[in-house]
Amino acid sequence: MSSVAVFFQHLTNGLTLGGIYALIALGYTMVYGILKFINFAHGDILMVGAYMGMFAFDFLRGDAPLGAWTFIAFLLAMMFSAVFCAVLGMFIEKVAYKPLRRAARLAPLLSAIGVSFILSNGAAWMWGTQSRKLNYPFDNTPITFLGISITPHQILVLVVSVVMMVALSFFVGKSKMGKAMRATALDQDTAQLMGINVNVVISLTFAIGSALAAVGGMLIALDYKCYPTLGTMTGLKAFVAAVVGGIGNISGAMLGGILLGLVETFGVAVLGIPQGYKDTIAFVILIIILLLKPEGILGKVEKEKV
Amino acid sequence: MLLETEKLSRVYGGVVAVNEVDFHVQEGLITGLIGPNGAGKTTLFNNMTGLDTPTKGRVIFEGKDITGKKANEICRLGIARTFQNIRLFKDMSVVENVMIGRHFKVGTKDKGRFAQAIKSYFVMKKEEKEIYNKALEYLDFFGLVDFRNDDAKSLPYGHQRELEIARAMATEPKLLFLDEPAAGMNPQETEHLMEMISRIRSLGVSVVLIEHDMKLVMNICDEITVLNFGNKIASGTPNAIKHDPVVIEAYLGSEEDD
Amino acid sequence: MSFFQIILIYTCIYALMAIGQNLITGYGGMLSLCQAGFFAIGSYATAILTTTYGWNFWMTLPVAALISALCGFVIGMPTLRLKGDYLAIATLGFGEIVRNVINNWDSLTKGPMGIQKIPQAAIFGFKFNPYKKTAFLIMLIVIVTICYFLFKRLARSRMGRALAAVREDEIAAASMGINTTKYKVSAFILGASVAGIAGSFQAVYILSVTPGSYTFMVSIMVLCMVVLGGMGNFLACILGAFIIQFISYFPQLTGLTNVIPAQAKQIIFGLILVVMMIWRPQGIMGREKFNYSGEKRKKGAKDATRN
Repeated sequence: MSSVAVFFQHLTNGLTLGGIYALIALGYTMVYGILKFINFAHGDILMVGAYMGMFAFDFLRGDAPLGAWTFIAFLLAMMFSAVFCAVLGMFIEKVAYKPLRRAARLAPLLSAIGVSFILSNGAAWMWGTQSRKLNYPFDNTPITFLGISITPHQILVLVVSVVMMVALSFFVGKSKMGKAMRATALDQDTAQLMGINVNVVISLTFAIGSALAAVGGMLIALDYKCYPTLGTMTGLKAFVAAVVGGIGNISGAMLGGILLGLVETFGVAVLGIPQGYKDTIAFVILIIILLLKPEGILGKVEKEKV
Repeated sequence: MLLETEKLSRVYGGVVAVNEVDFHVQEGLITGLIGPNGAGKTTLFNNMTGLDTPTKGRVIFEGKDITGKKANEICRLGIARTFQNIRLFKDMSVVENVMIGRHFKVGTKDKGRFAQAIKSYFVMKKEEKEIYNKALEYLDFFGLVDFRNDDAKSLPYGHQRELEIARAMATEPKLLFLDEPAAGMNPQETEHLMEMISRIRSLGVSVVLIEHDMKLVMNICDEITVLNFGNKIASGTPNAIKHDPVVIEAYLGSEEDD
Repeated sequence: MSFFQIILIYTCIYALMAIGQNLITGYGGMLSLCQAGFFAIGSYATAILTTTYGWNFWMTLPVAALISALCGFVIGMPTLRLKGDYLAIATLGFGEIVRNVINNWDSLTKGPMGIQKIPQAAIFGFKFNPYKKTAFLIMLIVIVTICYFLFKRLARSRMGRALAAVREDEIAAASMGINTTKYKVSAFILGASVAGIAGSFQAVYILSVTPGSYTFMVSIMVLCMVVLGGMGNFLACILGAFIIQFISYFPQLTGLTNVIPAQAKQIIFGLILVVMMIWRPQGIMGREKFNYSGEKRKKGAKDATRN
């Protein structure tokens, strides 16, 4: 392979990984934008999404051989999983975060850590700790295109993440509800006074974020299988992506996710960082970005009013 | 001159909050800083007390350039302040709040840091007693001794403002900045506050205050500086300010006979 | 009886970590999630120094504390400028990095296999044999008591008060002449070093170290202890440590290991965090209030996690 082809190969791999990070990072960033706290349980919602998608897909597919139906079944399973997680996300918000909305700063954070622990261990209890395979809904033999080998899974990831991100951008940017969300993010009390139902907006934020996480979770599980701690590391990395892009900023989350995917891929493939330290890259990046530009690439500096 | 700013400017992303202001504070006087909302008064305060860094210009305190120093360093040089929206240590007791003001008044003598840490560990009882007793004196000065063991957040509003001043005074400042000390006070509380500020001056502490209560400003200030849209538009004695046409037009017009 | 002693031994080891966490989180208001990392560093320092270099256990203690403190400094310096949420993630990341390094640095840590055959701790020829638990337990109780008094004293000194002020309002604290960074970093360093010491004792108790014993779950357990007992109260942390360890070993203690699922305790820890935050954020015992003149405080502590 020519070096140009190698470069594009890594680029494709990086973009695919980054697309998934971006999808998940969106959930962190949307919740942070509105509630100013990190939903630690977001990664675990992703894991639940992967399991739910797997169950739904296995149920819908039955014994059917790979073909058009399996692909449709997969998309249906994805929708089911997204809806399930949206409801789960809203439920968690109502039970564990809403009572703490006016509480001290650390309280919702600690509560979120608790929820995260309940979800991951609850999953281990119900579904066991061994990994379970989420089957590809199509023949995943790589296709070679202009010297770059790309799997149908990668194409799916790229298409789904682009579609989701574009849809979300339109929703937040153009729709009435999106406007309400942005208003709530700016100033909750004023938004309330302007007749925006803040509770609805917050619920919706959790619903959308969780649904995106479910989709991201399924896309990851195709490659990495389902296991109860699937969301922990992926969630953390997606969070790093959100911070790198500028937490609270939707385009930032997308940018950060893609950047992180690229850096991880190129870091291992080109810079020769040992595979064992791959997970460390994200945290090193996090610490560097927090030192140099703590507000992130697209974030705004928030100075406390004195 | 105790403190002065030289052409101090603070720009926030294109918005000029303070524009080349020369502000002077003379030793032993009470200086008022007035101006309509958004005139840049608090910004100027923050730039002089190290909570913000000027975009341009200098801050000179006792002949030394203190521009860009950190808030804690500036406090140690002898400038203390209160805040527009009271910033007490809410869950700490009233006396603990004032004890914080005494923080750097002990244990900063010579010797190596480590030796000092060890030493302070063993002489702590005595040191603590000293800090405590001194804090009580400041509370007494403001008539807050009876509240000493209450949580700061449980104090009535007026007392919270006074506690904040007591806490600032505990650092034994040469210069005290008060950001709207009378905001939210009833007439009696304001009366008491005026008395307290005069007493603070008589202790030899210079005072700068931002205030909207014109009666208070005109009664107790020796010097007044007026800001409008980030610019200094006048400075002088209360009487001169009262009759300054520029000031009247910009600001006092409707409130002159207040 | 034996299981009860195990519970007490782990209570002591974890109480040390909880004391450190309390200084960082309860007093300083900084949510650190890497006590497990410092714990691991202490354990490995002792393990490596005693096995590879033949050091005496007691000599490894200060080294373990020092290395942990140094790591506390290294992680603290850049990240302590961050607000609570960022700090939590950065420290969590640090804990993962530590585990990653331990897993991969085979030549020093023997990777996932871990280090075995750590010699027992001894004093004047008397061995603290972990299998005969009483002596080991007494040694730990002595250590915990010493740490408890040292940290408590520290908390009611100028430093503790300054740290509390930084927690309550960083801007106001700075305006009172307090060097906020200095106190935050100090709290972090002290909290890290005591976790390192806990790690050393863990190493001579288990007599082997493996990366699997230093997971994120350890950090969460420690956090739970502080939250459950009461932030800003060292005695409460020890109580919290006991309760959490009791829950951990409840299945073994009652012989119900076959009935109670292995994840039950973790789910309970998660529930503890959520439930405590909603109904009793100040913990069981609440923040400790000092009186400086022998008088009683009128108002009790209410919201312990207040910023």
